[in-house]
Amino acid sequence: MTATKMNSAQSVSPAPTGTGSRGTRLLGAVAVCFLAVAVVYGLFISPPDSQLGNTIRIIYMHVPTVMAAYLAFLTTAVSSAMYLWKRTEFWDLLGSSGAEIGVLFFTVTIIDGALWGKVTWGVFWRWEPRLTTSAVLLIMYLGYLAVRAIPADPKTRATRCAIIGLVAVVNIPIVHKAVDWWRGLHQGKTVLGTLNPEMGGTQLFAMYSALTAGILVCVWLLIHRFRAGYLAERASDLGLGQALEERRLESSSTSSGSKVSGDDS
Amino acid sequence: MSQTRGVLGDAWLMARKDLLLERRAKIGLGQVVPFAILVLLLFAFALDPDRGVLKQATPGLFWVTVLFSAVLTLQRSFGLEAEDGILEALRLSGMSPAGIYLGKVTALTIQLLLLEAVLVIGVAVLYDTKFVGIALLVAIAFTATLGIAAAGSVYGALAARLRSRETLLPLLLLPLLAPVLIAATRGCEVSLQREAVSGWPWAALLGIFALVYLALGSLLFRPLLEDA
Repeated sequence: MTATKMNSAQSVSPAPTGTGSRGTRLLGAVAVCFLAVAVVYGLFISPPDSQLGNTIRIIYMHVPTVMAAYLAFLTTAVSSAMYLWKRTEFWDLLGSSGAEIGVLFFTVTIIDGALWGKVTWGVFWRWEPRLTTSAVLLIMYLGYLAVRAIPADPKTRATRCAIIGLVAVVNIPIVHKAVDWWRGLHQGKTVLGTLNPEMGGTQLFAMYSALTAGILVCVWLLIHRFRAGYLAERASDLGLGQALEERRLESSSTSSGSKVSGDDS
Repeated sequence: MSQTRGVLGDAWLMARKDLLLERRAKIGLGQVVPFAILVLLLFAFALDPDRGVLKQATPGLFWVTVLFSAVLTLQRSFGLEAEDGILEALRLSGMSPAGIYLGKVTALTIQLLLLEAVLVIGVAVLYDTKFVGIALLVAIAFTATLGIAAAGSVYGALAARLRSRETLLPLLLLPLLAPVLIAATRGCEVSLQREAVSGWPWAALLGIFALVYLALGSLLFRPLLEDA
């Protein structure tokens, strides 16, 4: 009976060997559906904008990527605060996953913003407030990842990253305000400022599909990155355990060898 | 001990210790000030001084020089504490972490303000700058410097124990200080009467930045000293 119970317990919670699960597969499938709808409506069905022409199709990608990036950085901020309170590996891993995914989405945001700029302004970069803010924040979070990459005791590393996560997120509204006022003096067209507030029909549908797809992909990536991070930690624990065991065996064989040689002498 | 002295007493003790060390070693005077003047000269070499570009860009160049010098000052200030396990000794000394943090910020603010006073003379002589709107200029210099010291001390302490601190500190700190650079530069442009708008919102933004990071730094310095 006990053996059966133990077996059933083991079968309920086996050690994870991958990052996928039924939930993430379902989430991924829904995200792919939304992506497909966004691509079909954004590229083919929705008409060109009266002011922006076909460049609005870049905006269908720009808005979701920037929203996803902010969602990821918000996750990092909340996780950083929670880590400093609870001191658990969960919050540390979630925080670092958020920073990585946020950097990924911000990079895409800057690239698609620059592409939009090339079509609209004829140059890749024109110090548009949101793009400038994104560039500053991207470098700030690259610093977070640089600290994360420095080999250190997991607790030390987690505390450092949590502190950077909090310090960085507090700066986001201040950078926004400073850049807005700065560029407000010479304001031209902005990527998001050109959106027609009365956008409707298939254009609005394409935008909402893309936005939903972007957020779902962000959450999907976050879960996978979190699980990959968790598995990496377990693998490094395993590696450390094995190394310790090997050193123990080495030292015991050396001491028995020296004993033998001592006996010989 | 810290209970009898309080946070402000600890801060004063820490600031006095740092300023005394600086007075004796004269690293700021002997190395950082000459470096800052050198940067002013390098800007003049890079931007032709005869075309007026230099004069037009003076506020921005001034604050970029201050930021570079602040990185050096921070590295020196926290490098001292990282040697021979002094950070651990500080942690065990019974001083309040917020007091240690505020003391470092005070000492850094004083050192940077002195450096800025020298740089003001530098730009007045080298870039032929006429200073007007002194009240706004002083307010901007004080709030910006306090902000730089407040945010810089958090990252300075964090990077101090890392082997790659020389490269890591600027990477972490300079993007964080981007709003300070923007606000201080624009505020100075207004006070030098190059922009016909009010400069006080910029000073207010700098003040908010300084206060936010002073509060955050005071809270975060305990985990920073204990675990990082």
